[in-house]
Amino acid sequence: MGALVLATGASADFWTPESGGGSENSENIDTLYKLILAVAAIVFFGVEGALVYSMVKFRARKNAVPAQIRGNTRLEIGWTLGAAGVLVVLAVVTFVMLPGIRNPPNSDPDGFPTQRIVNVQNASAYQPRPPNGRALNIEVNGQRFIWRYTYPDADQNVLNNVFNYETLIIPTKTTIALTIKAQDVAHSWWIPKLGGKADAVPGHTNFTWFKVDKPGSFRGQCAELCGRNHADMYATVVAVEPDQFKRWLANKKREIDANNKAAQQRRAKEAEELAGGESPTEDANPVEESEAAAAQGEG
Amino acid sequence: MAATDTALIPEITAHRVDRPQRGWVSWVTTTDHKKIGILYLVTTFVFFILGGVEALLMRVQLGAPDNTFLTPSVYNSLFTLHGTTMIFLFVVPILAGFGNYFLPLMIGARDMAFPKLNALSYWLLLAGGLVFYLSLFFSPPEAGWTSYAPLSLETYSESGGMDAWIFLIHLTGISSLLGAINFYATIANMRAPGMGWGRLPLFVWTLLVYAILLILALPVIAGAVTLLLTDRHFGTGFFDQGQGGDPLLWQHLFWFFGHPEVYIMILPGFGMVSEILPVFARKPIFGYKAIAAATVVIAFLALLVWAHHMFTTPSATIVLVFFMISSFLIAIPTGVKIFNWVATLWRGTVEFKTPLIFSVGFISVFLIGGITGVFLAVFPVDWQLHDTYFVVAHLHYVLVGGSVFAIFAGIYYWYPKITGKMLSEPLGKWSFAFMYIGINVTFLIQHSIGLDGMPRRIYEYPDVGHLATYNLISTIGSFMLGFGVLLTVVNAARSLKKGVAAGPDPWKGNTLEWFTESPPPVNNFDVIPRVRSVEPMKDIRRQVARQSEPDLSPAPVPAAAGSSD
Repeated sequence: MGALVLATGASADFWTPESGGGSENSENIDTLYKLILAVAAIVFFGVEGALVYSMVKFRARKNAVPAQIRGNTRLEIGWTLGAAGVLVVLAVVTFVMLPGIRNPPNSDPDGFPTQRIVNVQNASAYQPRPPNGRALNIEVNGQRFIWRYTYPDADQNVLNNVFNYETLIIPTKTTIALTIKAQDVAHSWWIPKLGGKADAVPGHTNFTWFKVDKPGSFRGQCAELCGRNHADMYATVVAVEPDQFKRWLANKKREIDANNKAAQQRRAKEAEELAGGESPTEDANPVEESEAAAAQGEG
Repeated sequence: MAATDTALIPEITAHRVDRPQRGWVSWVTTTDHKKIGILYLVTTFVFFILGGVEALLMRVQLGAPDNTFLTPSVYNSLFTLHGTTMIFLFVVPILAGFGNYFLPLMIGARDMAFPKLNALSYWLLLAGGLVFYLSLFFSPPEAGWTSYAPLSLETYSESGGMDAWIFLIHLTGISSLLGAINFYATIANMRAPGMGWGRLPLFVWTLLVYAILLILALPVIAGAVTLLLTDRHFGTGFFDQGQGGDPLLWQHLFWFFGHPEVYIMILPGFGMVSEILPVFARKPIFGYKAIAAATVVIAFLALLVWAHHMFTTPSATIVLVFFMISSFLIAIPTGVKIFNWVATLWRGTVEFKTPLIFSVGFISVFLIGGITGVFLAVFPVDWQLHDTYFVVAHLHYVLVGGSVFAIFAGIYYWYPKITGKMLSEPLGKWSFAFMYIGINVTFLIQHSIGLDGMPRRIYEYPDVGHLATYNLISTIGSFMLGFGVLLTVVNAARSLKKGVAAGPDPWKGNTLEWFTESPPPVNNFDVIPRVRSVEPMKDIRRQVARQSEPDLSPAPVPAAAGSSD
């Protein structure tokens, strides 16, 4: 299982979240993180410095007399306001960076043809949309312990849509809007290089987006405890050129249609056999048998 | 006070007084706040060791990639047991233990307001711990200490262990509620004459706020686990989306309790540090009022930040922004406290005794946990960091570097009062060294593990990037930390017999617990002094020094008495 996710190689960010070569939202989070890290470093070294200094400078010596100071209102108001000031700066920086993280951009002109999100089934009401409202909207469904992806198609019937498990194939240069759901317990969708987490909660629809410019493969895994094999619930996103994606989609569609047809034929045949009077056991109740046959036929 | 050596003959003969109980009977029947306090401290420390062993087992499993030392089911049970034990059976109740022992002593009372209720609190806690740990013999819970629905519903957690967890929450919850009411009533009514709110020791201030937070937060979790129980066994569907319920309702209820719980676990630690620093810097606490006020403000804000644990759930932007801002606000009073502590050391004469070292260690390590908390409050950044080892690192910096260091500072500071014996200073300093290095080796690298994309609560990880090296470092650190804790256990056991006699006031403390003998007699104080400042013992020492000086000499005592005030 582990060998599956070897793909992306050097993920050696010591100080900051994984980034580079992925999606814009992930890059923006990385930048925001670095800005906070810079402020944090100043606060950290300032306070630790003062602490170490007072430990060394004011350690008990012979004849040293401790100053009997009980407080200093001005100083105290000063550092309260100082702390508040730092946080105001961080809040402003966050609000400035937020749109680039939360809101998806338009697809590139040479990307894969997209649809209006508003028409796609199951898109969440809160889901931020690209300026032109168009994206490739894929449904991600968390199930113990695998991810299932459903691709959109032209008709309203979702049962004949192209789907895939574990590996999500996507076209490059195209805005991918994910609609995230869960089937059983809560899961969390997370591909570090393609943006932050989105929890998949049963009964709710969550969303995220990414847009990959160059072909590549990005690993991730479920980030919300979902049971014993939570550790093995991997997801890999493989980005390919739009043409290649188109071919893959068509192949997959043919494959699924062929399999559906074969399954239908098999079921019809089984139903026929059961209805034909060949009871599997000699003492079978004829009423039960016909019920079973009817149930098979419906399926 | 320095007791007279000769036993006085009582002038009044008492009739029909029960003979004092001896041996184990005296412990199970006691209503003395000091004995109950000791029961609390010892019991919770045993649970601390159990939780620590669970942590070490997990670290062994994670020491190498694709390890097969533990099965997934055992691993999931271990982190559930570890988290639940450390929070419900160690940090919260050991603080209640310190409170039980020292709250009446510090405010000059002879016992708690409700001594029998106090005993009940302890026995409920023990019952909760036993019920929970007995599930080891059946099927321990595997849903984490947060027990998110639907994973904790019967479909996915069939075992009785989940129900044992619910029972534990109820039993320890009632225990803490009764204890909190007791603390509140005692502080409100039983303070020594002259001890107004402005002269209350800061540890007592934090216990007061701890009690209020428990009273506000615990009923919510009690209600939530009751709903979970009826969902599991009586066919209701509060958290089951299939029946019109909502898994997110659990998360909201859980964290509405869960975040105040974080401050319940840290505030009394703040209080201990605020007591210890001035004693060893020989300087009054800097900004007493600001520290007391910051405690109250933190408690208020603690009730308004819960959904920052839920930034990755489907939420409107306005909700995310509200909880980011409220979480930012809480950093201000916390920062104020840290500045005040540093200012307390500033221009003092710092004596490097073990309680002080643990307190300063607390400030330096807790600071890291506080700063990473700000990272996590920024919700877009949290989308990357949430549920990864970065969060594990953050919460352990706060809980181990924060609460545990404060608790150890408290152990070294008050052990002489409880037992009448001093702990060994060299052993204490070694213990600190191993714990301090251990914490940083274990948890600093976990930030990077999380940034590299490793989620928490996974029993194995593939050998990609630097994960194997980083995790091995973390595992080595955890054993150093464990060894440091062991040294303190050895120290405490050894000093019971071999420790140097402490006397009533070995540290020249500021508060009233140092006014009585070590260990204190059953009635605590024969005479309760009148309190005239925040540091009543300083006043008393000054008074005693004045009275014991011969009247005739003009008293030229500059340097010799310098250390006593």
